Amino acid sequence: MRNMDTASTKAAGPAAKSRPKAAALISGGLDSMLAAKVVLDQGVEVHGVNFFTGFCVEGHTHAIRKKDQAKDKRNNALWVAEQLGIPLHFVDVVDEYKDIVLNPKHGYGANLNPCLDCKVFMVHKALVADVLDGGFDFVITGEVVGQRPMSQRIDTMPVIARESGADDRLLRPLTAHNLSPTLPERRGWVDRAKLHGFRGRDRKPQIALAHRYGFTEHAQPAGGCCFLTDAKYAAKLQDLWNARGQRDYEFDDIMLLKVGRHLRPAPHYKLIVGREEGENNFLAGYRGRFPHLRTVSHEGPLTLVDGELTTEDALLAARIAARYSQGRAADTVTVRLNRPGAVAEELRVAPLPPMELPTAWHVGG
Amino acid sequence: MTELAPTLDARGLLCPLPVIRLQDAVRTLADGALLEVLATDPGTLHDIPAWCRVHGHSLLESHHENKDLRFRIAVRRQSQAQRSAKDAG
Repeated sequence: MRNMDTASTKAAGPAAKSRPKAAALISGGLDSMLAAKVVLDQGVEVHGVNFFTGFCVEGHTHAIRKKDQAKDKRNNALWVAEQLGIPLHFVDVVDEYKDIVLNPKHGYGANLNPCLDCKVFMVHKALVADVLDGGFDFVITGEVVGQRPMSQRIDTMPVIARESGADDRLLRPLTAHNLSPTLPERRGWVDRAKLHGFRGRDRKPQIALAHRYGFTEHAQPAGGCCFLTDAKYAAKLQDLWNARGQRDYEFDDIMLLKVGRHLRPAPHYKLIVGREEGENNFLAGYRGRFPHLRTVSHEGPLTLVDGELTTEDALLAARIAARYSQGRAADTVTVRLNRPGAVAEELRVAPLPPMELPTAWHVGG
Repeated sequence: MTELAPTLDARGLLCPLPVIRLQDAVRTLADGALLEVLATDPGTLHDIPAWCRVHGHSLLESHHENKDLRFRIAVRRQSQAQRSAKDAG
């Protein structure tokens, strides 16, 4: 295991405590909610843990996009904790998580999702590294054998237990009957007979169990909460690495990949064009650090420039910004180019006709 | 007179970061301590009260202040067992 904390030497077992204590990985989706509930109902003290990696779909994206602001903006992990009546601890792992994304020992899934390494990391942090200092006896996940092609296979699930250092202190209550008995089962902290044997991608057993518990609503399906599983997002991240000539990122990079229309007319610069008011407002927060364009003769989006523009590039960038403005059909549009620390320039340009905007410039499709 | 409380400035952060910063700040405070939070993400109107409820802290006040959102929180230290007993009772 790479760059992980030294395994805890805490003794497994609640000998001196009134009842066992478990950390439940809570994503905000249905499976982790049900898994925690199954164990909670057996008298175990359950604490929810939610890891903030920077690639989480919920929260940020909903907050940015104006069209999403009409939706319920609840944090689903918090909502789950409240439904279950358990505390929820957030863990900010943005910096540490980089190593998982950049150097996954087990590789990527369909896109840039390092699902197996990710789960190893999270189980390790929650239980073995004990980042919450909770002294947990075991850890609970909502994994189901056969549900995910990489991390939830009968042959990879033991890898998570072994490489995280949790070993038999990792309990998957929804699929436990498909796996060997774990320490909490053998010690009698939980009754194996009350656990489940779900298997495969069929969601019906989870939906039925949710109904049995009286959960009338739940959030997104499992696996849908990480941008790294998204093909378009992954393409934008790969493009960033290609353009910079190195596989690395900062927090602002991965935030900006979630926002706007990304166009790369040349290897040395990329344009990020706001698609609506919420995105323009979000991009406006970066004006002090990035060159940016704004149409002044017509209403139009804010366009950030990631890279350095030559005079020729600036004209093309202005024509592209004009193409996405209300002046797209006008003969000329005035565009203001601001470079941090420099005097603004005004450029009068003809909007770029759509047919002159190659599809290949659209990063991530 | 309103008691002076330290202020956590979470303006410009998008959820869940304001809640994470709040969680980190509360960890350093004793039972009964007051904390004010300033935020701009409308999501905090949902997340901060929810976080207070699941951890048993008291949200004394929340209101808009120009473009900002201001929350006033009283830290409550009690175990989950105590909360469960209280809920049951």
